[in-house]
Amino acid sequence: MKLSTRSRAAVLSTALASTLALAACGAANETEASSGGSGGGSGESAAELSGDLVGAGASSQQAAMEAWQAGFEGEYPGVQFSYDPAGSGAGREQFIDGRADFAGSDAALDDEELTAARERCGGGEVFELPNYISPIAVIFNLEGVDSLDLSPDLIARIFTGQITTWNDPAIAEANPDAQLPDTAITPVHRGDDSGTTDNFTDYLFQTAPDVWTSEPDGVWPLPGGEAANGTSGVVGVVESTAGAVTYADASRAGELGVASVAVGEEFVAPSAEAAATIVENSPRVEGRGEYDFAIELDRQTEGTGEYPIVLVSYHVGCVQYDDQAAADNVKAFMTYVISEDGQSAAAENAGSAPISDTLREQAQSAVDAITAG
Amino acid sequence: MTATKTPTERPPAQRVVRRAGDRLFAGSAKGSGIFILVVLAGVAAFLIGEAIPALTAPAEDVPGGEGLSGYIAPLVLGTLLGAVLALLVATPLAVGIALFVTYYAPRRIAAGLGYAIDLLAAIPSVVYGFWGLAVLAPALVPFHVWAADHLGWLPLFAGPASTSGRTMLTVGLVLAVMILPIISAIAREVFSQAPALHREAALALGATRWEMIKMAVLPYGKSGVIAGAMLGLGRALGETMAVAIVLSGGAGATLNLISSSNPSTIASNIALRFPEATGLGINTLIASGLVLFVITLAVNMLARWIVNRRADFSGAN
Amino acid sequence: MSTSTQSPTRVAEEPGGAIRRNRRLPRYAPLGLYVAGIALGAVLSALTGFSIALTAVYGAVLGTLAVYTGARAVEGRRKATDRLVTALVTTAFAIAMVPLVSLVYTVLDKGLARFDAQFFTNSMFRVVGEGGGAYHAVLGTVVITAVTAVISVPIGLLTAIYLVEYGTGRLKKAITFFVDVMTGIPSIVAGLFAFALFTLLFGNDVRLGLMGSAALAVLMIPVVVRSCEEVLKLVPNELREASYALGVPKWRTIVKVVLPTAVAGLGTGITLAVARVIGETAPLLITVGLVTGTNLNPFDGRMATLPVFAYYQLTQPGTDTQAFLDRAWTAALVLIILVMVLNVVARLISRFFAPKTGR
Repeated sequence: MKLSTRSRAAVLSTALASTLALAACGAANETEASSGGSGGGSGESAAELSGDLVGAGASSQQAAMEAWQAGFEGEYPGVQFSYDPAGSGAGREQFIDGRADFAGSDAALDDEELTAARERCGGGEVFELPNYISPIAVIFNLEGVDSLDLSPDLIARIFTGQITTWNDPAIAEANPDAQLPDTAITPVHRGDDSGTTDNFTDYLFQTAPDVWTSEPDGVWPLPGGEAANGTSGVVGVVESTAGAVTYADASRAGELGVASVAVGEEFVAPSAEAAATIVENSPRVEGRGEYDFAIELDRQTEGTGEYPIVLVSYHVGCVQYDDQAAADNVKAFMTYVISEDGQSAAAENAGSAPISDTLREQAQSAVDAITAG
Repeated sequence: MTATKTPTERPPAQRVVRRAGDRLFAGSAKGSGIFILVVLAGVAAFLIGEAIPALTAPAEDVPGGEGLSGYIAPLVLGTLLGAVLALLVATPLAVGIALFVTYYAPRRIAAGLGYAIDLLAAIPSVVYGFWGLAVLAPALVPFHVWAADHLGWLPLFAGPASTSGRTMLTVGLVLAVMILPIISAIAREVFSQAPALHREAALALGATRWEMIKMAVLPYGKSGVIAGAMLGLGRALGETMAVAIVLSGGAGATLNLISSSNPSTIASNIALRFPEATGLGINTLIASGLVLFVITLAVNMLARWIVNRRADFSGAN
Repeated sequence: MSTSTQSPTRVAEEPGGAIRRNRRLPRYAPLGLYVAGIALGAVLSALTGFSIALTAVYGAVLGTLAVYTGARAVEGRRKATDRLVTALVTTAFAIAMVPLVSLVYTVLDKGLARFDAQFFTNSMFRVVGEGGGAYHAVLGTVVITAVTAVISVPIGLLTAIYLVEYGTGRLKKAITFFVDVMTGIPSIVAGLFAFALFTLLFGNDVRLGLMGSAALAVLMIPVVVRSCEEVLKLVPNELREASYALGVPKWRTIVKVVLPTAVAGLGTGITLAVARVIGETAPLLITVGLVTGTNLNPFDGRMATLPVFAYYQLTQPGTDTQAFLDRAWTAALVLIILVMVLNVVARLISRFFAPKTGR
């Protein structure tokens, strides 16, 4: 009996020791990065930056944030960067409470939050930069049909179930050249709470008010219909189901058909440029600070080359931080994010649309203004 | 289960010896026991505490805009629908499996077969979700179409048939697979404990194997099977990830099992909405969790009550 | 015991052919009828487009019917019912095997693609698209499960000791009952509890590895109590009495006699309890979240865990979808392997550490 207890203890301690030994060394890719530094453009200023940089907010930015983190830490290995994808609301809350240096948010601060945020920034101004732009495409699975021209009304009627087959006269009329089968339409929507749904329903609410009467919401407001979890979930269902249609990040369309959306007299397919253009041309929210680039997305736009179904996610921070390190880190991070490198890294990993040069100039003016004091 | 009574018959003499070590050890043992009760009370208390804002909020502020009960009622229906479906499928199967392993399979491989079924219980629920989404749902699409065509007169199969198979029917079957090992393990246990004297007497009277089982095993194991089924029901009610991954949920209350509009379940709704929820949304989700807690608590208490009643009876053998 | 199941055939056979009812189907007749049934089933299913599943269903139904009617004609009603039930029970078992085989095959098939060294040595830190691994998630799961065990095992074991060695009266009954009830708490509710608890203590947005451990402990404690209680009850009272007779105080008797005797069962029970919680996803999803880098400190921020990692890789992939799906399935495979290993370990513990003076 003695023997068995002792040997059991031995086994246990060996197991524990091996676990600890394992824990002592980091992941292969992490140790490499921190010891060697992943090289690249570490300038002189890079070495001086250190401390923490804490962000929190929208999970829609998560994939882009991973790319930004990878690039940013490559340049500034001394900074401990973290981004907590807690959701837009939680991100704004954490920023206002001072627990996060900046927030990622699918919506701009409302007036109440703005007041609180100014207080958090020592009475100074707040910057809001639309740094993450993602066109949302209407994606469908129809044999032999790569694109369709759809008006907002048609899209709304498809997703509300008023049009049930693809060869419905209303669709055929708008697409005289397409070979439309009599396949039943299966509209697929997101089952989880998402910024994509919020923007898509907002688009329908604004552009097809006669058909779509539900208020915009992150949770799909209509009862019933095929629901799937996450972007991959909805795209997966559409891929495997003939006649299915959904809304998802345009980058995820793959081989599936993509609808061109009616804007004024023409039909515009989702593209990075068209998405950036509408953000550029949309009016700024009035009565805000100089560096607050919160916009009212002009979904009813009739401008050429603008694609109105986009998700815009902001970075929210202070123009003036109490702490020098925080100011420097936020400034360095935002500089990277709005740079061409940063935007193309996000485009590659998250499929977002890079911001246009005009937007970059705007954002740069805000980033340049960040100071400590 | 049968040895319940033995340890309590300890000689009273030990009570005389009361040393510091004894007091400390006994105290910490008792403390741990009480701690568990406190934790359970804590679960209830914290859930209620966090749910109160949702309970008192005006109806239009609650997500969905129809008040808390309007939000939770379809979820409760979905939860019950999936779990009951799973129970109806799993219980007869589990009884069959238990009988097969205890009385039909060749002795030599019976233990191995029992272990194989137990493996089903060891597979994490998220993996069941993966499997349900990637394999079972597509495989069941033809059946959905068939059911909509031929059984459409039943409200359960009213259709239109889902084209992706991600329906309450599929969820019920996934849940059935998940609770199968729970029910069959308990059924196996009670079946193998059926008094050997009764069984041999039945066989000696010329009964066939089925008659022996019908006369000597099933009556003995009935309450055990019921209790096992209740435990399985409890598990199915609370299952989260598999449902969250497989089900195309979010619709209002409906009994239709095969269309793509299904009510979500409480647990999967929490898992899907929680990461992005803020403020009152969180409170509402916790309130729905509280409802789930109460339902499963009731089911489990009922199950335990049946088990305990049986334990009293089994003292006779 | 072991012969009892074979006896009916023998009992039936010995009176011999004198009684008409004891005539039997030839030994291989049922098998032949099933094969014929499956062949016919294949033809039937071929009418509507051949499929293996339909063939099996038709085959089972037709074979069972054939055996039943055959036995009914030759052997009489009672034997025929017996054969019918045998067929049904065997079918039930076969049906249960289908999902198991299908599931294991699917996970192996899709999971082996990324089952390589990189998966176990790399994290997702700064990984964009392909590559990367679950090093951080595997270790996170180990850390959180270890913390859970550190919380649950002492509480669970002490409670079991209380129930078996000390407990009396109403408190014992209450604890037994509520421990049983606690085994049925849905995992998501345990997660909500941990969330509510830590929210009250630390504010709204706290996410800690410890929160996950607290949630898992709520699930693990009752399992530990139940299994340890069963094992402690099996320790013969004679051992305790012998110890008391030598004047050993009660607590030393428990520590030096009862626990060592039961160590095999305790080890098995605790290992199985760990296996029960290691694959839990829902409570970790809402309490611990996910990070891309390696965080092994359960008192500081989000951690990665294998089940949550698998879930998010599946549901929220980036642009290079296949790489994410591969990682998700491999994570699922690793998770199954972990649970299986724990089960095997539990069996080994009970085999090698079992007291020689067992029952």
